[in-house]
Amino acid sequence: MLGTGLLQGLGVTAKNFVGSFHDPARLTTIEYPEVKTKLPEAYRNFPFLVAENATDPMGTLRCVACQICEKECPPQCIYIEKSKDKKPDATGKPQLFPAIFAIDTSVCMSCQICVEVCPFDAIKMDQVYEIATTDRFSALLLNREQLAKSNAYYHGIHPTEAAEVDARLAAERKAAEEKAAAAAAAKAAAAAAKAAAPAAPKPPAAPSAEAPKPPPTS
Amino acid sequence: MSVSDLSAPPAGSPGSRVREVHDSFHGDLLEVSMGPHHPSTHGVFRMIVTLDGETIVKLKPVFGYLHRNHEKLGENVTYLGSMPYTDRLDYLSSMTNNWAYALAVEKLAGQAVPERAEYVRVILAELTRLLNHTCLAGFLMQDCGCSGTPLMYAFREREYILDLFESLSGSRMMCNYQRFGGCRVDPSADWLAGAQKLTDRYGVFLDEFETLLTGNEIIMARTQGVGKLPPALAIGAGVTGPMLRASGVNYDLRKVDAYGVYPRFDFRVPLGDHGDVYDRYMIRVLEMRESIKILQQALAGLPGGPIMDPKAKLRSFRPKAGEAYGRIEGPKGEIGFYLLSDGSPNPYRYRIRPPSFINLTILEDMCLGHTVADAVIILGSVDIVLGEVDR
Repeated sequence: MLGTGLLQGLGVTAKNFVGSFHDPARLTTIEYPEVKTKLPEAYRNFPFLVAENATDPMGTLRCVACQICEKECPPQCIYIEKSKDKKPDATGKPQLFPAIFAIDTSVCMSCQICVEVCPFDAIKMDQVYEIATTDRFSALLLNREQLAKSNAYYHGIHPTEAAEVDARLAAERKAAEEKAAAAAAAKAAAAAAKAAAPAAPKPPAAPSAEAPKPPPTS
Repeated sequence: MSVSDLSAPPAGSPGSRVREVHDSFHGDLLEVSMGPHHPSTHGVFRMIVTLDGETIVKLKPVFGYLHRNHEKLGENVTYLGSMPYTDRLDYLSSMTNNWAYALAVEKLAGQAVPERAEYVRVILAELTRLLNHTCLAGFLMQDCGCSGTPLMYAFREREYILDLFESLSGSRMMCNYQRFGGCRVDPSADWLAGAQKLTDRYGVFLDEFETLLTGNEIIMARTQGVGKLPPALAIGAGVTGPMLRASGVNYDLRKVDAYGVYPRFDFRVPLGDHGDVYDRYMIRVLEMRESIKILQQALAGLPGGPIMDPKAKLRSFRPKAGEAYGRIEGPKGEIGFYLLSDGSPNPYRYRIRPPSFINLTILEDMCLGHTVADAVIILGSVDIVLGEVDR
C-alpha cells in the first residue's frame, strides 16, 4: 500500500524520539564543557618532553638532542639545537642535552612518528586538547620549558605505556650498572694483580727501532 | 500546455511585458556556477552547469581547490613519513588508505606480514567500510532533502566506530595505524570485545535504518531512474567500487585480487540492476550486511602471535630499487599506490589512484538531461571526499 514505508519510517523516528527520554543508550550526547568524556588511554594530540624530576625539569630531561625526531618528523615541525657541554643522564653517562627544543604546534599533525623513532623514550604524546589561543604565532610555538612535563604526569595520562617504558629503562639502567660494576671489578682485579707482583723482574724492553712495523692499513 | 498556447495578454499590461522578456530569452542557455562553497558539493568542489530551463545540457567539473601537493610531498619525505599523509586523503577511511599504502611498500620491499596483523587489517577495513557507507547513506539523504534525521542516526553509529579507532590508534580519523610489516599496536582483549559488541549490534541498526529509508515512497520516487550509469560506460571510464557494482558489473578486488586473508572468508558481492541513485544506495546497505558477515568471521578466527614482523624496520628503511603497485578495495573503490624506488629513503615517484577522483569523471554523463536538483543527489551518490579528489 502506498504510504506504508513512510509510516514505518515515522515509527522509527518516534521510537528514537521517545526513547531518548528514558533509554540512556539512545541519548548519546553530553553537555560539554560541563561534562567531559573520559579520554581513551591511547589518545594523542601533541608531543611533550619527559623529565625524570618534576622539581628540576630542565636538568632531568631524557632528551639527549640526537635529532632523530627532527629528521623523521614528516611536516618538519621540530627544531633542536645541541648543548655545548654534557651532563649525566639517567644512567649516569654524560650526554648532550637540547639547548633549544621547539615544536610548532600549528604545523604538527599529531602523527606520533617522533615518539616511535625516539630511542630514549624522551618524547611522548600529550592529551591536552583545550589549547585555543588568540595569538596565532608565538603562543603555538612551544619551547622546551613549555614542553617539559614530569614522568609522573606521563604515568597519569598513559599508565600502561609508561609502566612498560619505566620497566624497560630500569632494565637498561641495571644492565649498564652491572656492566660498569663488572668493568670496575675487572679493573680492580687487574690493579690488584699488578700490585701483587711488583717485585717481578721486568722483561727487557725491546728497542723501538727493532719492533716489527704493522702492515699498512690503507 | 506551453507558454505559446496562452492567449496573449492585453498590450500595455504588466503581463505583456513579462511575456516580451520571456520570449526574448526563450531558448537561451544559462550558465550557473555551483560551488565551491555550496554545501551540497561535499566540500570545495565546483560544477559549472549549463541549463536549458532547469535541464542540464552541459556540466563541467572544476577540481583542485583542496590541492596540497600530496604526491610531491610523498617524494620528499621518507616511506614512513608518507603514512600519516595518507590519512588525509580520504579522511573518512584512513584505515584502508593506510593499508593500501602499506601493501604497496611491502610489495616493494618484499616484507612479510604476520597472520594476526592481516586479520586485524581486515577487521579495521570492514569497520571502515561500515563507517563510510553509513555516512554516505546519511549524506545522500541530506542531499535529497531529508534534513537531519537520517544523517544524525548515521553519525551516531559512526561515532561508535570512531571510538573504537580512537582507543586503538589514538586518533578518531587520522589513525596512522598500519606499518610496513604489520600494525602499530596490538588490539587488546577489551578492544576486541568492543568490536564484537558493535558487530553484533550493527545489524539491528541497519534494520532500523532500512525501515526508515529503503521502503520510503518519497525516496523511491526521488531516486529511482535518476543518474543511470550504463555498465559499458562505467567500465570504459574506469569506475570502481560500489558505483560499478550498482551498474551490475561483478568486480570486487577482494574477490579478484584476493589480497590479505580475504579468500578465507565467506561473503557475497551484491550487484545492482539499474545503476541509478537508488541502486547505489541499496548496494551500500547490502555491502554493509556482507561486511558484518566478514567481521564476524574475522573476529572469530583471529589468531594469536606477533602483530609486527620482528624483522621489519622502522627507521632507515631503504627498499632496493624497483617499482610496486599496491591496491585494495576501499569503501569508495580501488585505492592504489604506485611507488618507484631508487634505493634511497624517499620514493623516487609516488602516485595515487584515488577512487573518488576517477568515479567523478563521468559525472556529466550521468547528469545530462536531469535537473539541477538531481545533479545534487547524483553527486551525493558518487560518494566523493575532496581530500582525495584534489590530493
